[in-house]
Amino acid sequence: MPTVAPLDLEGHVAGVAFLGDVPFFAESSGLIHRLDHGHKTVEAHEGLLSCVRDDATDTLLTGGEDGKVLRVKADGTTSELASVPRKWISQVAAGPQGSVGYAYGKTAHVRLADGTVKEFTEERTVEGIAFAPKGMRIAVARYNGVSLHWVATAGQPTELEWKGAHTGVTFSPDGRFVVTTMQENALHGWKLDTKPGAETRHMRMTGYPAKVKSTSWSVKGKWLASSGAPAAIVWPFQAKDGPMGKAPLELGTRANIMVTQVSCHPIEEIAAIGYADGMILVVRFADSKEVLLRRPGKGAITAMAWNRNGRQLVFGSEAGDCGVVDITA
Amino acid sequence: MTEASTAKPIPVTVLTGYLGAGKTTLLNRILSENHGRKYAVIVNEFGEIGIDNDLIVESDEEIYEMNNGCVCCTVRGDLIRVVEGLMRRPGRFDAIIVETTGLADPVPVAQTFFMDDDVRAKTELDAVVALVDAKHLPLRLKDSREAEDQIAFADVVLLNKTDLVTPEELAKVEATVRVINPSARIHRTERSEIDLAKVLDQGAFNLERALENDPHFLDQDDHDHDHDHACGPDCNHDHHHHDHDHHHHDHDHDHGHDHHHHDHTPSPIHDVTVQSVSLRGGEMNPDRFFPWIQKITQTEGPNILRLKGIIAFKGDEERYVVQGVHMIIEGDHQRPWKDGEKRESRLVFIGRELDREKLERTFKACEAAPAEAAAH
Repeated sequence: MPTVAPLDLEGHVAGVAFLGDVPFFAESSGLIHRLDHGHKTVEAHEGLLSCVRDDATDTLLTGGEDGKVLRVKADGTTSELASVPRKWISQVAAGPQGSVGYAYGKTAHVRLADGTVKEFTEERTVEGIAFAPKGMRIAVARYNGVSLHWVATAGQPTELEWKGAHTGVTFSPDGRFVVTTMQENALHGWKLDTKPGAETRHMRMTGYPAKVKSTSWSVKGKWLASSGAPAAIVWPFQAKDGPMGKAPLELGTRANIMVTQVSCHPIEEIAAIGYADGMILVVRFADSKEVLLRRPGKGAITAMAWNRNGRQLVFGSEAGDCGVVDITA
Repeated sequence: MTEASTAKPIPVTVLTGYLGAGKTTLLNRILSENHGRKYAVIVNEFGEIGIDNDLIVESDEEIYEMNNGCVCCTVRGDLIRVVEGLMRRPGRFDAIIVETTGLADPVPVAQTFFMDDDVRAKTELDAVVALVDAKHLPLRLKDSREAEDQIAFADVVLLNKTDLVTPEELAKVEATVRVINPSARIHRTERSEIDLAKVLDQGAFNLERALENDPHFLDQDDHDHDHDHACGPDCNHDHHHHDHDHHHHDHDHDHGHDHHHHDHTPSPIHDVTVQSVSLRGGEMNPDRFFPWIQKITQTEGPNILRLKGIIAFKGDEERYVVQGVHMIIEGDHQRPWKDGEKRESRLVFIGRELDREKLERTFKACEAAPAEAAAH
């Protein structure tokens, strides 16, 4: 039976991550907590909106209501990467070699490790940024599609069009697909490795009863798990054309409790599934076998992350009841 | 369920009005008066807000069309994002105010609070408040459809800058507002000065409250409404002369002849394209009424800005209230009919290109026949 080490915080948790072996909890209030030989706290933002882990540097990147973009190291020290007074930084993304993406309004920014900042302006508000797994390229989610920009060159972006509001974007780990979450209850995908001049291959992933807020690629990108239903919806991406014409797995199905977060394991084809009532299951793709990691709590799960060896899972909720689950104990 | 989902929804007030109508003045009043409540304010530009409030959020108005094939299903994408961000820390404020730009269409703003599940789960549209510049309204109506839409869509209209016009001009402007929107509460103001209790916490979209104390709702003859809260002190004198102002407070005697009359009366200002159709009928057969209202809102939705109604169903001891925005419609039982209260059905549509004759005829056809009711 897995053991849960709880951490009770005050409010909504916007992001969690491990830096090294230290679990971090980023509260929407702007406080960043860590469990490193005791509970330690840093006042990072006046209101925190976004938080991602930068795998390249083993740091956290955060954006806030205070217009700041910060890098947070494992020892809790912060450094300011950008400051835009009175703008909300609701998007941050981690790129290769210490580069950082962030956005406000209609402009996406990429700050390179040397401090140079490149700007990419769209016609509509930037709602999501993701770096491609290889090469300095970003995908920017916006109304009616995604724009792909090479960071180094000022050339025309590649425009991936699909009508509707795209609220987030992710590349598959092999770089062959771009997938967006949408305002409507759907994911939309584009296949990038079509031959030049060939027709764009679209993937419509629909049927969700709610908006998809959380997606997670499985190890080597064979599957894409998603929230937005009373089960984790897991689309197969092994085939050349991704999930086209294929049904997804439905894992951890519950009667009427929605999945709010998904987080695929870094090594095995299993995923942690967090629900609106605070429960967490871990489910194996091969046989749908479920293990309870955490009983229902005070609020919906809002963030989950595995440590590097996949033995521990850190989680946070909208009510502040957080913790670390050890699945080997 | 979870704490967050059982929390009381945060009320949202939407301020509309043309540039210069007094929105910022009103906003500054709301933020500076000592009412003990804290507001988060979503503005298009920080502009002239002179109050130091760290919960003023700048947001670019961004219209989303929903991908369901309906042209009128639009929401404000930026509001979805900002409201979601604000609601992660709900303890900071008691209510949200959304200030729109002068040219903004109020409909997507309002629809956001019905069509986005996340926003709907945590907030509740309280009222749409339109500020109208009494001096410049005639000009605005000539050159913009937005000014008219803002009035047509409002629950509360502040007829502002009344000190800049003569009593005659004011009466004419108020009559025009009333033609565009027969169900809004109108308050006359100078420099946006008003008791905030008449602007905030109105519950205009709350089915339980929406039509309960609304003296302007189609000659409503409830006795419990507040007679003096909607017009200027001299309202009775001004209004009686206009036969399209059925909202005044001397009830009962004129029911027989007045219920459509503002459609027959040309507006004193000739640039009004919004019309309203007020329907009145007896007790309704729900098996006819619901398919009818569904069909009307499906087919006429793009032309309907607002609809509100109180329906008496045959054999039903409770009043049923309905309201709608374009194709979105919701309804619920509100309260038991009172002793002696006349059980009749009233419905008002505000919109464009409404077929009054057809609406009247088909609404009437939903009435329950006495024999039919006996058969149940």
